[in-house]
Amino acid sequence: MHAGLTDTEIISRVLKGEQQLFAGLVEHYQNYVFTLVLRFIDNREDAEELSQDIFVKAYRSLADFRGESKFSTWLYTIVRTSCITFLRKKKLETTSIDNEKTFIQLENRESGFKANMIEQKSRQAMVNEAIKLLSPDDAQIITLFYKAEQSLEEIGNIIGADPNTVKVKLHRARQRLKEKMEKYFTHEVREIQSD
Amino acid sequence: MKYGKYRVTKKLTDDVENWSELYVPHQSIENSMDTQQNMDGRLWDYIDGLSNPEEKSAIEKLIETNLEWQRTYHELLHAHQLMNSTELDEPSLRFTKNVMEEIAKYHVAPATRSYINKKIIWGIGGFFLTMILGFLIYSFSQINWTISSGSSDPLSGINLDKLNWGKFFNNTYTNIFMMINVVLGLILLDMYLHRKKERARHKEA
Repeated sequence: MHAGLTDTEIISRVLKGEQQLFAGLVEHYQNYVFTLVLRFIDNREDAEELSQDIFVKAYRSLADFRGESKFSTWLYTIVRTSCITFLRKKKLETTSIDNEKTFIQLENRESGFKANMIEQKSRQAMVNEAIKLLSPDDAQIITLFYKAEQSLEEIGNIIGADPNTVKVKLHRARQRLKEKMEKYFTHEVREIQSD
Repeated sequence: MKYGKYRVTKKLTDDVENWSELYVPHQSIENSMDTQQNMDGRLWDYIDGLSNPEEKSAIEKLIETNLEWQRTYHELLHAHQLMNSTELDEPSLRFTKNVMEEIAKYHVAPATRSYINKKIIWGIGGFFLTMILGFLIYSFSQINWTISSGSSDPLSGINLDKLNWGKFFNNTYTNIFMMINVVLGLILLDMYLHRKKERARHKEA
């Protein structure tokens, strides 16, 4: 973050013409944005390109940020809509857990993942890999809640749902993640639990 | 006993003495699932710090006294800690530079709310409201409110044919209002097309 300036201060100075200050926001939020995009798009190159586009879009629409929410909440709304638009344009199917095709996709991802399991030993890598096995919606909610420091209300603003719905979705997403971890990391999970 | 409501949970063997042991009522299975979901939900709320003080102390008591609650709590807590321990993915080192190079080509677009002048919207809205009110007042003033007691039709006093609509549409003031409205509409259209042209020009640049 730029010399102790808050997001709102940076934004107001950028709007007054100090364009270079926007770099502070990019540096601070790039990992969050990139991670969230990767939850939708399982390709690092595409995810990086889209993340850049998201920051450009955010810069161009900066005058629309009214400060009614946190800048991060506003930015993650752009992330979500951009990802959905990207997937629509590319005619890729967002994986939905109820969808038959998804099961096939998940099976493929899971089998590819099993081969990679030996290399993925660390605890963090294990969770990250398990998150990748979830549907984009589940993965996004978990990331927003745990990593992007968004409250249930803020997640609700991002995904367009009320906080109670978000709470239910979050519970379900965590349950599914737990199941994935127990299924594919039985040994590691037991080790952690015995720590 | 209606066996349709029960599910076989054990493998049947010849030496089963008590057949009722083989069946677990569906209701009971559903109840246990509900209880498990309910337990998970309450524990997640507790872990997330979303429980109210009464609920919090009730859950703490359950964790202390009930082994099932204790086991589930530890399981969920481990999952919670694991989710917290994940790291964010990092883009390439040139990321910020790339973004800054890209945004150097652009200007911040004016706020959406300033695209349309609020005065114009209020003007158009006010015009329509005045028109509607005017018509309503005129229509009501033409109704014969003293309906004869013998008439069974409550609408018999309303005769729309008697309303002189031409009085409004041939009125000079109304025509002026309508002209202003058309001009405002054209200004709005011009502003929209102008912005669209500007955007296209920026894209090309």
